[in-house]
Amino acid sequence: MKKFDTQVQYLKYKVLREVAGKAWDDTLYEKILDIPKIIIPGPTPTTRCCIYKERAIVEERIKIAMGGDKSNPNVIEVIDLACDECPVAGYEVTDVCRGCLAHRCQDACKKDAIYFDHNQKAHIDKSKCVECGKCSAVCPYGAIVNFKRPCEKSCKVKAISMGPNKAAKIDNDKCISCGSCVYQCPFGAIMDKSYIINVIDILKKSQHNQKYKTYAVVAPSISSQFVHAKLGQVISGIKELGFFTVVEAALGADMVAYKETQELIEKGFLTSSCCPAFVMYIKKNFPKLVEHISHNLSPAAEIAKYIKETDPTAKVIFIGPCTAKKAEFQQEIQKQYVDSILTFEELQALFDSKDLDIYSLPEDVLDNASYYGRIFARSGGLTDAVKQALIELGRTDFEVKPVVCNGIEECRMALLKVGKIDIGNFIEGMACVGGCIAGAGCLTHGEKNKAEVDKYGMEAYEKTIQDAIKVLKK
Amino acid sequence: MKKVVVCIGSSCHLKGSRQVVERLQELIAQHDLKEEVELQGTFCMGNCQKGVCVKVNETLFSVSPETVDSFFQKEVMGK
Repeated sequence: MKKFDTQVQYLKYKVLREVAGKAWDDTLYEKILDIPKIIIPGPTPTTRCCIYKERAIVEERIKIAMGGDKSNPNVIEVIDLACDECPVAGYEVTDVCRGCLAHRCQDACKKDAIYFDHNQKAHIDKSKCVECGKCSAVCPYGAIVNFKRPCEKSCKVKAISMGPNKAAKIDNDKCISCGSCVYQCPFGAIMDKSYIINVIDILKKSQHNQKYKTYAVVAPSISSQFVHAKLGQVISGIKELGFFTVVEAALGADMVAYKETQELIEKGFLTSSCCPAFVMYIKKNFPKLVEHISHNLSPAAEIAKYIKETDPTAKVIFIGPCTAKKAEFQQEIQKQYVDSILTFEELQALFDSKDLDIYSLPEDVLDNASYYGRIFARSGGLTDAVKQALIELGRTDFEVKPVVCNGIEECRMALLKVGKIDIGNFIEGMACVGGCIAGAGCLTHGEKNKAEVDKYGMEAYEKTIQDAIKVLKK
Repeated sequence: MKKVVVCIGSSCHLKGSRQVVERLQELIAQHDLKEEVELQGTFCMGNCQKGVCVKVNETLFSVSPETVDSFFQKEVMGK
């Protein structure tokens, strides 16, 4: 049964599963050195030059699965050993060039970097080329290819470059921990730090929820993830792991939608605060716009705060698609509400570390939020919720002019215009293209995910935001 | 001071905990009991099959939107 998009995710999962399995029965430190051999049994290497390098890389993965380098504040880390040091040639003319007469490549090049040999075949003068890609776009044979490293290509905030040892290097001053490189690196050389051991520790110390209760707060994008199991079975599975109960982060989203709308009316201009990578992007690149970031907590922290108000000894673990969330919860303000974070990848590893067959479990229920809280998981959802909140608050006199930014590049374009031209009064920013359903910690990143989230939204028992949050008012 | 805690976990929510909360809020206001009764929500009391779960000073009751009025008379007003 296919659970992941790529073999890289599968390998990462196997490491997490082994580490988690041993953490459950307290044998991790005793058996940690056995894990590389379990994963790379040999004798023939499968991905690298020899099994010893493969095992050495697994060791590095184990380290990251156990929380990674504590001296590095970034939750995204490069495994130098695993980096294949892809060439960084940029645009190159390949053998596919037929030496045609048209020379569109030359016409397209503004820098006069294209020249031809005696066979009319094109070449690029690298001393002139600025890597704009115009030649590549016009070649009728697709003969000009960009040999940019996949990690660099995926990183829209330009935080990745080649380090002195040729391995990829992340600039922490630019990185927003969105995880796109983690998902895109074909060699699995970039990983997000895992807190899976921390979560197991919290669950174990609760002594079956006797000492304190452990709550799972799940992101609405979960609806598109465990495609072969019913959502209700996943909920049962989470409880089987030892969680006391499961609460929708979408209820926090309902709460945020109301508060954020009121804040928007009051301030007149706002950028959203639910995507931690977008917030980090503004802080690092547009410090002057920081004052416009909504002061609301993220939906996960908002609901975690409510849980802790009703049950002060509670521990709250957020389960979602997001690697940037792992960075968010390290901040003092979030830390008091959210105790740890799991991605969907890590949740799958946790299920399997306990040999839990979720497909055979009975279906439990998950229903706390409204349609609007649930569709926060996709681009445009927050804006829909704000529009609805204006209606419910009876403030249709206030006109929201939303700018829905799908992906960090669109966010950048919108932020550049703020204060220069009138673009609107509410910027909804999502770092991942598609929204949370395309988060780096997702098991699958399919086209159908948006439809799945909308369907899940429609199934909500509460149809309005107000109905969903009514139960919370004292 | 009476503490009334209503379960707003998924299972109880689907059985009508919102309606129960709303009605209790109304009744508390009607009888001017805001100072005497503290209404609270919580996620799950571990008794999902008996939902909607309501606790009055740590005693568990099973309430539904239909029985909320009589429950209020007996357990909140009565004692």
